[in-house]
Parts: sequence; structure tokens; C-alpha cells
Amino acid sequence: MNNENKLKFSDDALALSQRMVNRYPEGKQKSALIPLLHIAQAEFGGWLSSDAMDYVASLLKITSIEVYEVASFYSMFNLKPVGKCVIEVCHTGPCWLLGSDDIVKYIEKKLSIKVGDTTADGMFTLKTVECLASCGTAPMMQIGEKYHENLTLTKVDDIIHECKATVVEHVTHWTKKEIK
Amino acid sequence: MGRKLLTENINVPGIQSLDVYRHHGGYEGLKKALGMSPDAIVEEVKKSGLRGRGGAGFPTGMKWSFLAKPDGVPRHLVCNADESEPGTFKDRYMMEHIPHLLIEGMAIGSFALGANTSYIYIRGELLYVYHILQKAIDEAYAAGLLGKNIMGSGFDFDLHLHSGAGAYICGEETALIESLEGNRGNPRIKPPFPAIQGLWQRPTVVNNVESIMAVVPILKMGGDEYAKIGIGKSTGTKLISACGHINKPGVYEIELGLPVEEFIYSDEYCGGIRNGKALKAVVAGGSSVPVLPKELILKLANGEPRLMSYESLSDGGFVTGTMLGSGGFIVMDEDTSVVKNLYTFTRFYHHESCGQCSPCREGTGWMEKILHKILDGHGTLEDVDLLWDIQSKIEGKTICPLGEAAAWPVASAIRHFRSEFEEYVKNPSSIKKDNHYYRVNNISSEVA
Repeated sequence: MNNENKLKFSDDALALSQRMVNRYPEGKQKSALIPLLHIAQAEFGGWLSSDAMDYVASLLKITSIEVYEVASFYSMFNLKPVGKCVIEVCHTGPCWLLGSDDIVKYIEKKLSIKVGDTTADGMFTLKTVECLASCGTAPMMQIGEKYHENLTLTKVDDIIHECKATVVEHVTHWTKKEIK
Repeated sequence: MGRKLLTENINVPGIQSLDVYRHHGGYEGLKKALGMSPDAIVEEVKKSGLRGRGGAGFPTGMKWSFLAKPDGVPRHLVCNADESEPGTFKDRYMMEHIPHLLIEGMAIGSFALGANTSYIYIRGELLYVYHILQKAIDEAYAAGLLGKNIMGSGFDFDLHLHSGAGAYICGEETALIESLEGNRGNPRIKPPFPAIQGLWQRPTVVNNVESIMAVVPILKMGGDEYAKIGIGKSTGTKLISACGHINKPGVYEIELGLPVEEFIYSDEYCGGIRNGKALKAVVAGGSSVPVLPKELILKLANGEPRLMSYESLSDGGFVTGTMLGSGGFIVMDEDTSVVKNLYTFTRFYHHESCGQCSPCREGTGWMEKILHKILDGHGTLEDVDLLWDIQSKIEGKTICPLGEAAAWPVASAIRHFRSEFEEYVKNPSSIKKDNHYYRVNNISSEVA
């Protein structure tokens, strides 16, 4: 455990974490690990540093390695810094059938980045993701909690424009707003 | 028009809320169940013939009857809401629009199994649905439908949500249990089955969202009445998620036994192929099941119409048939490259392999690379044989069915569309990398 760890949840996040832990029987608090990692990602700038993971380990009274091995397994956890808006475009079969390749290429061109990269201003990260259960409304992408469906290039323009105009802090799946 | 048991009220304004849901007969199934003995409920579900709606099709009543009941050990019902099978979006649709149906089903199932605490494991990306469900659960607690002594029955029942974090493998029930325990989603070696040692080594039943929801109409109408709907051992109704090149994508509740041709071409369902195109192929039960060309999805090998049922879709085995699976119905038109579609599936399974078993961990990556090579114009005829060889060495050699799920799409694509692979190899200029016809907005210059 890193004794120099300065990271700490807000009171709201601590209260929510406790409610999560209470969902499981006594002694089974490790079950709350994934929910707590979602909260940590929202609290600490959209990604999980090793300090953030060590802090979650200390909250659950488990070892750091137990947190690392879980955080590295699930695709929603970012293990390196990301932009304020993470654009996740589905590229599995059903979305591909309806043009997801074009959506990806268009965003790459529009933001002058490649999949996996973050724009120089730290605003956008572009990712491709696997099927998000939105095949009937393909092509689609997710930004934070929101599903953007039946995409067209014009819609993509509008969504990116709105992100630039409104987003001030990291939009992860779980956000500070939800923690309250 | 087929009977609607799950979606009958889904378009009623406000049905998300407890008041409106109750006004339309909501929680009457639970009320009836609480007046019955738990064993009698299990018996009704057995009589209904309900089969697991997540994909495997195992009889739900039988699964329930296997649950061990050692003295003094808590038992659990866990809802598998980790819907991630490409082509499938029915559970998301149902939870979003009629969340109380799931809560009512969970309460009935938990009472039948003697589970005082149960969990809904919902995939992490569906956070907005998580909030809808949480609100519904809070309403149910406030109304005494959850918590201590529900509906005055003396039965205490707590229901909790648990969010995943992005992993297809957690739809496999033992991986889901591992994930719920706060671990990586690595499937367990069975036996022991979850019914004996599941969540925290306690007896556990894991059921799909749609299976749990179906218990509500089964209780209301009785198992025998439910079994009269459908055809043969495919009883009741099934939610089909229809997508791809059709005029009306969406979730449809069908009576099992509907002809496939009617499902694809009737205006009541898919409404035919988009843009006046012809049908090329269908993946009928989610990405894992074999792809079938037009002539085999519409008709059995003997020329009879193929039906939307467990038996009819699998008629002919994998030589000429497929599977109902999760009901993820992916339709491809005449312009589609089956090879490129397969590549996206193989990339998916490579990404989602948990990495425990070498045939799956390595094989899915090899298959993805070979398909990439073929699509890149550098394939050889030997590569097609190598693909076949690899898939045959994954199938049946892994702890969980993800191995089969990765192998079957490859095997079926080669079985039915070998000429397309060979054409790509012999004549790389014929390779269709994109569905140009469907270019978004048809503005190819902006994308190029």
C-alpha cells in the first residue's frame, strides 16, 4: 500500500461506496470492487492511476494486485489518461453492416486523430468498442452514459459540436453528478 | 397477429412507473405466487416448457429444480442482464421500457427458490438502464413489494443491482458469478454447477432477463396455458432482436413457430430487405450461431418452410441448420461481404476471449489475422483451409462455450460461402471492404 497516497473520495462518493458495499454479505465486500472502480474513475479524472487503484484496495481492505487484475480485465476501465469526452464507436458486425467504418473514418478525419488517440487539446479520445446492444439502431456510438443511435455524419457533427460547447470536466460512464 | 405476453403493455404511456404498471395488472403475478407453495411455482414453470432465453435454451423449470437446498446456507437468484451477444438488444429494450416486469419476475423466482437476496447483473455500458432499474427498485421498496415481509406474505426479499464493466464473457454464468464476486470474468470449470456452488459458493440460479420476465405471464395464466402457445417443445413467445439490412429493425415478440419467411418479409415484422435489395444471408440467433444463406434460412433441406423455433432453426444440424440462440436476428443483403462481416465477428471474439484456455486465446487471434490478411488482398487458398483447421481445434476444447461461439461463425461461413473466400484470394480486386451502398448519408467524399 502506498502511504503517500493523497487521493481521496468526496463525501458523496464515500457514501455511495458504502451503499454499494452494503449490497453484499459481510466479508464479501470485494464484490463491490467493480462499482467502486466506476466511482473512482469518475472521481479521479476519467481514468484509474495506480494510486487510484491502491486507494480502492484500501477502501475494500483487499490487496492492490486484486484491484489491478480486475481493472485491467474490463474494457470500461481506462488505465491511462483520456480526453474529457471519450467517443466509443461500435464496430461489430451489425453496426458495420450499416456503416460504422465510415463513422470511424469521418471522426478520425474531423478530429485529426486515429482510433486510440486523444486530441492535442485533451478534449476527445476516440475508441472503437464491441457490440453495445444497439444493433437495431445502428450505427451507434456512446459518449459517457449516453447512447447516440442511428448515426449520420450530420448527427456526428452536431454531437461533437455540443461536446465542445458544454463539456467542462470528464464525461465518464459514471459521473460526479450521478454520485450525488 | 401473434399473442403478446411480455410486450402487451410496453407502449402504454408511463408503464415504466409502478403506478401505471400496477394499473395494468402489474404485480398480480407476484401476489398469486406468494399464495402458492414454492414447489408449486417451480412446477408451473416446468409445465410451461419455458426454455432459457439467453441462448442455450435449457429448460428453466428444470434448472430451478436442480438448486441445492442445504440447511442454513443462503441461496441466490441472479439475473443475467449482461446482454452483449452481437445482434441482440431485447433485454436492454425490455429493461428500459418495462423495468417492473423484471423486478416482479425476480421476486417470483426468488420466492420459488427460497432466495432472500438476489442480484441483477447488468452490463456496465447500460448505465442509463441501470438508473431506470434503480428507480423502479426504489419504488418497489417504498410500496412494500421488496424488503421485509413483501406484500404481507412473511417473505423477506432484497433485490440489488450490480454493474459490470465491459466484458462479453460475463454473460457466461460462471464468469458472471466470478465478476459479481469482484474478480476477472474467468469462467469456472464445471462441475460443480452454480446450482450446487455458485455465488460465494452458495447454491445459485442464473437466468436471462427474458426468462425471468416470462415467469410473470406463466404464473398469471398457468404453465399449461403457456405451453399451448408455440410449437412442439418451443413453447410460448420469444423476443427477437431484428437488425441489419431490413426495413424495420427492432424488437419483436413472436409466437414460436412463425415461418422465417413471414418474419423477414411481413410488414408486421422486419418489412423486407431495405432499398429493394435481395436477401443474401441471415445470422438467426446472435453472432455465435452459424450463418445461413437465403435458401437454407427460408427452407429446410427437404424444402419445407423453416420456422422460428428451437427445433426448426436447428433442423439439419450445422450442415444445413443453425440455432435460435438469443434471438439476435442479423439480416444481410446481396451486397454484403460475408467474409468482412465474419472478420468483425472474429475480431469481437478475439477481443472478448478471457484468455484462460489456449485454443480460444490464441485461435481467435489467429483467425482474426488470417481474415485480415485475406481482406487485405494477400490471402492464399491454404489460408481458407487453415481457418477451417483452427476453428475445428477450438470447438469443444475450452472451459466455456466462447470457444464454440468463435468457431461456429467461421465454420459456417466457409461451409456456405467458400466461393467468396476463394474469389477474394484469387482476385483481390473483387474484395468488398465496405458496404458502399450503405455509406452513411451517401457522402463518400467526406469519408474517404
